[in-house]
Amino acid sequence: MNALTEKDRGRLEAREIFGGYGGMDVLNGISIIVEPGEIVSIIGPNGAGKSTVMKAVFGLLQLRKGSVHFNGRNITGFRPDKIVRQGMCYVPQEHNVFPSLTVHENLEMGAFVREDDFSEQLDQVYELFPPLKDKRKQAAGLLSGGQRQMVAIGRALMLNPDLLLLDEPSAGLSPLFINQIFERIQEINNLGVGILMVEQNAKQALLFSHRGYVLTMGMNRYADTGANLLRNQEVAEMFLGG
Amino acid sequence: MTEILQLIIYGIVLGSIISLGAIGVSLIFGILRFAHFAHGDFMTLGAYFALVGVGVLNLPMLLVFPFALAAAGLVAVGIDRSIYRFMRESSPIIMLISSVGTALMLRSLIQIVWGPDNQIYAAGITMPYTFLGLRIKPEQLIIVIGAVLLVVLLHLFLHQTRMGKAMRAMSDNMNLARVSGINTERVIFWTWVVAAFLAAAAGIFLGIDTRLNPIMGWRLLLPVFAAAILGGIGSFYGAILGGLSIGIVQELSTMFVSPAYKPAVAFAIMVLMLVIRPRGIMGGKE
Repeated sequence: MNALTEKDRGRLEAREIFGGYGGMDVLNGISIIVEPGEIVSIIGPNGAGKSTVMKAVFGLLQLRKGSVHFNGRNITGFRPDKIVRQGMCYVPQEHNVFPSLTVHENLEMGAFVREDDFSEQLDQVYELFPPLKDKRKQAAGLLSGGQRQMVAIGRALMLNPDLLLLDEPSAGLSPLFINQIFERIQEINNLGVGILMVEQNAKQALLFSHRGYVLTMGMNRYADTGANLLRNQEVAEMFLGG
Repeated sequence: MTEILQLIIYGIVLGSIISLGAIGVSLIFGILRFAHFAHGDFMTLGAYFALVGVGVLNLPMLLVFPFALAAAGLVAVGIDRSIYRFMRESSPIIMLISSVGTALMLRSLIQIVWGPDNQIYAAGITMPYTFLGLRIKPEQLIIVIGAVLLVVLLHLFLHQTRMGKAMRAMSDNMNLARVSGINTERVIFWTWVVAAFLAAAAGIFLGIDTRLNPIMGWRLLLPVFAAAILGGIGSFYGAILGGLSIGIVQELSTMFVSPAYKPAVAFAIMVLMLVIRPRGIMGGKE
């Protein structure tokens, strides 16, 4: 969406970020890098600050220290509506659709900042998630959990982002849908969109992630390729359920 | 039977006016998350702006309406920019109290400018149309038709335009609207414009149906809130349904109790609703 040609396009780098809620730091100096076009997973126990990292990157949390760079630009402290214009979109874990709006209207809202014709993008989203096309006139709040997740991801794709942040895309879904969503995420990545996601289903996520970060207590614990993390004895025992 | 039908007709007229107010209250609650207590005074203001249009500027009738609506819209946006904007992150109760303060200021200003006495748009009486023994005055017919027209226009706005859809989206989920890149301040701006238009229209209709005085809107505030709560606050169609119900019940109550108790009837319905089904008929927001 921006006329950026540098190699940094779509590259995210969070440097030693500190921050949290109400004076209590949840993040104690985490650093995360997503190279253009990569799938990167963040895993770790509850309370490690996984979702908080996403919020911090997306400008939903005031940082106390540290910086966030995207597209080679310092975006620390940018508001979300400014960040989406840089080509980064975010799908929250919960309440990630507009329930009383139709599926179609939800997608339109994803394209709110676009002044141009976005019908091509719309077709692409419907192609990616065929069930949505039949339900385009239905209120999103009446869909199943899996279909709602499709709407949520579809909405975030409407700006044709370079990087997509997904907070627990498989949460609350049945195993069948989990596989489907993971397949779609890889398909989206094949279109050239970088993915940074937080996942509870750590093993499954690392299988198709280029790299992964293991966080504990708001700090980096391990950072390696997905395959290496899966092979790492210590990681396997502590974080992947043996 | 004729008497009941007659009262229902009067109830629909009153209900149309209440509905227009209740839609605004509901919209503001959905998007800004607070109960706007100055809404009644927005109505009064609209009514007096129309009086200026009629009496001072001698505008033709067709222009009085847009003039008063635009003026009320400007005032509403001005008040938001100079007062409410600084309290966006405050708790709803602080917003509510500041709107009570705004209400008092507006009412006093109106009284200073236009005086405390009753006023009317035009002198003289009109003969009602009669149909099967039922009477309706031409003005009342205009009120109902005008209200229906405004509701249809609003429906089209909310469902066909980008800004209208964004308003519904923001009312659904403020945080998601923000992360989608929706410019929430612009949505708030249009919310005030739309709410003030409807309030001004309601005020003018009330002035046509009865008389103008500085507390006309304040006195209608209770039925308006009762209607919004009855319908489910935050719900557009609920507000219409709630407004009509409150209007009709208020008029029907005059068969049993003195008309002076009409607001008490609205109050009773509101309290009852809050006890039995706080989310309202159409299931609004908490």
